[in-house]
Amino acid sequence: MKEYSITIRDDLCKGCAICVEICPKNILAMSPESTVSGYLLAQIIEVKKCIGCMECELHCPDLAIEVIDKNEKVPAG
Amino acid sequence: MILDKYLRSEVFPTPFCQGCGHGILMQAILRAVDESASDGIDIDKMAFVSGIGCAAWIPSPHFAADTLHTTHGRPIAFATGIKLVNPSLKVVVVSGDGDLSAIGGNHLIHSARRNLELTVICANNSIYGMTGGQVAPTTPCGIKTATTQQGSTEPPFDLCRLVWGAGATYIARSTVYHIRELIKYLKNAFLHQGFSFIDVISPCYTHFGRRNPQRAGATPSEMVLNLKNIAIHAKSPQELFTFPSVGTLSPPSGRTCNQKDRILIGEFTTI
Repeated sequence: MKEYSITIRDDLCKGCAICVEICPKNILAMSPESTVSGYLLAQIIEVKKCIGCMECELHCPDLAIEVIDKNEKVPAG
Repeated sequence: MILDKYLRSEVFPTPFCQGCGHGILMQAILRAVDESASDGIDIDKMAFVSGIGCAAWIPSPHFAADTLHTTHGRPIAFATGIKLVNPSLKVVVVSGDGDLSAIGGNHLIHSARRNLELTVICANNSIYGMTGGQVAPTTPCGIKTATTQQGSTEPPFDLCRLVWGAGATYIARSTVYHIRELIKYLKNAFLHQGFSFIDVISPCYTHFGRRNPQRAGATPSEMVLNLKNIAIHAKSPQELFTFPSVGTLSPPSGRTCNQKDRILIGEFTTI
């Protein structure tokens, strides 16, 4: 079974929660504490359930998310 | 990230509001460029032209390519100039609905009539976002804006029908939710010989969603997911003319203010 790793860049994320709502496996969630600039950022809670569908990466308006195939070190999808 | 080579990393984060659909469109354009590299599309041989408005910030300053940020409503006029001087460049116009259909409406229809070899991408958020959320020619009936507090009473433009009437040879519409289709249409438009037009429905939460939470969605993510519910795939290209779009002049219902949101998406003309 393929394993994926997800990185979310905190300096780009604005906390719109599109990735959290769009993920079919619900592996993302909003962080409970806001940043200095007042945003609640997206964070990964269960990366093992990731199926590499790329929906979060493709729908991120701030280009903050990257999904990588762990074994092949290439972008998923 | 796969798109890093196409981006000016020093200008990030983007100037867009939280959950703005324009960021998704920005990504879609670059992915389409990346995927059509095998078909001879090279970002160094492309020129991106934009006007004024939120959507004009998509190519300039983010793309590591030749970009031109021009006067309000005139990106197609500037793009025509670029194409005349250097016909080998692939000229892409990325601008908003207010810029292309309101103040620059004449440039849009006449470039379609001349079948100029341009790709015009309209980031359609149905409102004037940058100036504070005034009613636009594309605002659906009944939508509350800064200048229509009781809801817009005028039927909106259907830009795909407009450019069809003007003679465009590639017409498609998609939303930022349907991003894989959008990338496919963008690739087809880049490779098309002649005038190609893509209407991209992109949600504006700050001015559109916040004032119309019941109809458009109460949060930025709900607005994006709502596009899935209101978009209908065209079964045939002819459906563009029979589909009763929101409050537009359509044969079955006449000139009525239809308040039910429906968007017909698909490729309508590929000559």
